[in-house]
Amino acid sequence: MSDPFEPKIVAFVCTYCTYAGADLAGTSRLKYAPNVRIVRLPCTGRISPMFILKALQKGADSVLVSGCHPGDCHFTSGNYHARRRWTVFRALLSFTGIPEERIRFSWISAAEGAKFAELINEITDDTRKLGPFTQYQELQKVIETQSSY
Amino acid sequence: MAKIGVFVCHCGENIASKVDTGNLVKALSDHPGVEICNEYKYFCSDPGQETVKRAIRENNLTGVVVAACSPRMHETTFRKACAEAGLNPYMLELANIREQCSWVHSDKDQATEKAIEITRSLVEKVKRNNELKPISVPVTRRALVIGGGIAGIQAALDIAGAGREVILVEREPSIGGHMSQLSETFPTLDCSQCILTPRMVEAIQHPNIKVLTYSEVEEVDGYIGNFKVKVRKKARYVDMDKCTGCGDCIQKCPVKKIPSEFECGLGNRTAIYTPFAQAVPNVPVIDKNRCTYFKNGKCKICQKTCQIENCIDFEMQDTYEEFEIGAIVVATGFQIQDTTLYGEYGYGKYKDVITGLSFERLASASGPTAGKILRPSDGKEPETVVFIQCAGSRDPSKGVKYCSKICCMYTAKHAMLYAHKHHDGNSKIFYMDIRAAGKGYDEFTRRAIEEDEAEYLRGRVSKVFEENGKLVVRGVDTLLGKPVEVKADMVVLATAIVPQPDAKEFAKKIGIGYDEYGFYNEAHLKLRPVETATAGIYLCGACQSPKDIPDSVAQASATAAKVLGLFSREQLEREPVVAAVGESTCAGCWGCVSACPYNAIEQKEIRDRNGNLVKEVASVNPGLCQGCGTCVTFCRSNSIDLAGFTEKQIFAEVMAL
Repeated sequence: MSDPFEPKIVAFVCTYCTYAGADLAGTSRLKYAPNVRIVRLPCTGRISPMFILKALQKGADSVLVSGCHPGDCHFTSGNYHARRRWTVFRALLSFTGIPEERIRFSWISAAEGAKFAELINEITDDTRKLGPFTQYQELQKVIETQSSY
Repeated sequence: MAKIGVFVCHCGENIASKVDTGNLVKALSDHPGVEICNEYKYFCSDPGQETVKRAIRENNLTGVVVAACSPRMHETTFRKACAEAGLNPYMLELANIREQCSWVHSDKDQATEKAIEITRSLVEKVKRNNELKPISVPVTRRALVIGGGIAGIQAALDIAGAGREVILVEREPSIGGHMSQLSETFPTLDCSQCILTPRMVEAIQHPNIKVLTYSEVEEVDGYIGNFKVKVRKKARYVDMDKCTGCGDCIQKCPVKKIPSEFECGLGNRTAIYTPFAQAVPNVPVIDKNRCTYFKNGKCKICQKTCQIENCIDFEMQDTYEEFEIGAIVVATGFQIQDTTLYGEYGYGKYKDVITGLSFERLASASGPTAGKILRPSDGKEPETVVFIQCAGSRDPSKGVKYCSKICCMYTAKHAMLYAHKHHDGNSKIFYMDIRAAGKGYDEFTRRAIEEDEAEYLRGRVSKVFEENGKLVVRGVDTLLGKPVEVKADMVVLATAIVPQPDAKEFAKKIGIGYDEYGFYNEAHLKLRPVETATAGIYLCGACQSPKDIPDSVAQASATAAKVLGLFSREQLEREPVVAAVGESTCAGCWGCVSACPYNAIEQKEIRDRNGNLVKEVASVNPGLCQGCGTCVTFCRSNSIDLAGFTEKQIFAEVMAL
C-alpha cells in the first residue's frame, strides 16, 4: 500500500506582513498542516512569476503568494505591483496550461496568524483533492522532445 | 569553496520536543558545503554564541545558518556574533524552525522533515550570500515639527533644549492648538492657558526654534537624515517683522460679525484678526475671504490706522521656503466630529445644544462670556445642564467605533466647573461607562459625583426636543430599567474625536500610513509607539489616536528622545539591502523608475573617454532605496538585483525545497 498523497506547498511571502503573520501563528501555537515551505522576501513586489514557475517545476503542488493588505504595504505600493503582475500572469497561465487553482494569492497582515493557519489548511486540503501536480513536468517533456527546431 | 556552519538550536524544549534535532544534524552534516553541524540547548545564550564564534574561527566558515527561531527574533544577535568572529554579518541566515515549524505542527516526523528542508534551503541560499557593508548616510541635524499644539510645542522645546535646530510649522495664525481653547484641565483644574502660554512664548523665543505660523508643509522629499521639505508661508498681509501687535487695526476693522473659529462660533471676530488675545506670534492676519477690500476693492481702514509704514501690505503673496531636515515629528492633532449627523440630538437646530469644545469656551475666563456659563440662545444662566457622553464615540452604526478617551474626564470636569459657577445648578450626565483610568482620574470623577453632585444616569439618549422653552432630553436609565425625561436648559454633547479632515491626504504627501479613520499608524503599537514605518518620521499627540494632554506631552517627549538619538551621530548606518543596476545590460527602458515607490532610481549617462554619450542607464541611489525589490522583478532585462535577496539566492532556495 502506497502512502497517501501529501502535497507540497511553497509560499512566497513578504517579511513585513505575512511572514510576521506566520510567526504570530507560531507564537499563538496554532496548529496547521506541515505541508508548507515559506520563502521570505522583503516585499511581494520582489516576487517574480519565475519563482512560482520554478517552484512548480521543482515539485510544488501549489504555490501561495501572500503579502500586506492593499494600503498597508511597508514599501507603499509593492503589493499593488504584485497584484497587477498576478493579473497578467494569470492570463498567461491559462495559456500555458498550468491550472490556475494551483496558485493562490492572498493578503495576510502581521496580526492575522489565525488567517494564515486557516489558509494553509485550506490550500493543503484543496491541493490534496487536486492531486499531485505533474502537468509541468509533462509539459517539460513535450518541450524537450520537440526542441529539435 | 563554501564552508557553511549549521547550528541547530533546541530552544529548550520548544524546538527539540517536536523536531528530532539529532536527525536534523545528521541530514545537514551530509549536505554538500556544510563544514560543521552542531546542536545545542540555547544558541542565543552566551555559551551558545561562543560556540558559533569558535566554530567560525576554527573552521574558517564562509557562511552560517542558525536553525532556531524567527529572524525577527535573533537575526541581530547572530549577525553580531558573526561580526565578532570576523565573518561578514550578512553571511548569516536564520532557518525558522520554531515559529514556523515546531510550534505549529504536532507530528514529529513531519515537523523534522520540514525542519530539514527549511534548513537545507537556507544553506543553499547562504552559499550565495554576498558580503555586504552597511550604508552610511549623513544626518542633517535639524528637525521639522508639523503642528504647533501642545504636542508639537513640547517636542520642539525638548529637541531645541538639547541644542538642535527645530522648524515648527503651524497652519493656523497662532501656535497653541486645541489646548489654547480649553478652560480648565483635568484632573487638577488648572487653567489651560495659564500653563500653555508660557510654553508658547518659550517656543517662539527659543534661539533654536524657528516658528512658522500660518504656514503649511507642501512637499516632503528624501529620506531619514536627509529630507527636503518645502513650506508654504501663506500671505498674512501683515509684515511679521514690522508689526508691534498693538491691535489698532483689529479695533478699527469694520467687518466685525464673523463667527470666530476659536470661539466655536460663540463669539465674533473681525476680518483682520488674531485668533485669541494671547496668540503667539501676536501678529494679526487678514481673512482674505471676508475682508471688504479684497471683496470690493475699497476700505483699507486697517492700513490707514496702522502707524507703521508698509506694515499692512495688500499685495503680499504666498512665499515658499525650503529646508534640509533630518527628522520629522508629525503632531497635526485632531478635530471634533461633525455633530449634525445626530439629528435626534438637535445640534444645529437648537442653539442651546452645544459641543463639549463650545462648553470649554463658555467656561473659559477668556471666552465670549468671560467665564460665565450662559445659554447661547438668550444669555441666561442654565438651571439644568444635561451632558450626553459618547455622542459619536463607541457607536459603530453612526459614529465611530473607538472610544474618544478624553470625554469621560472632560464631562466630569464640565459638571464640576458648572457646579462651581452655579451653586444651585443641576447637572445630569448620560453615560455608557465611566472610563477614568489615569493618575488621579477616578478620584476626579468621584469628586464630581460626591462633592459637586453631578448626577450620572447610565443609558443612552434617544431624542432631544424643545417643549415650552425647555429642551426635553428623552433617554433611558438602564440601571433603573426605566425611560427618563429630563427638562434641561442646555445640552452638552461629548462629541467624538476624529482625525483632521485632510489627515489622509497629508499622510500620503509625507509618506506615512494611516488607519481606517485617518489616525496615523505607529510602527508597532506597543514597542515602537512613536515611530512610523517610514524611517525618520515620528508621531505624537492626537494625530495618532485620541489623547489627553498628559499622554500627548509624554509622547512628544518620547519623539524628541528618538529624534535626538538619531541626531547623536553624524552618520547613519543603514541596512545594505538595496538594489543595484548591472549597467552593461541595462537598456534604459526606465520601467524600474516608474516602479520605484521612493524615486530612488535616477538616469545616469555613460560616456566614453572623449565625452561622447554611449548610453543612458538606470542608477539606484542607495541612500533612498529601501530595498523592496519591486524594480528587480519589473526589470525586463534582468539587470537589477537586490542585495540579500538576489535572483541567485532565491532560486537556490526554491531549488532546495
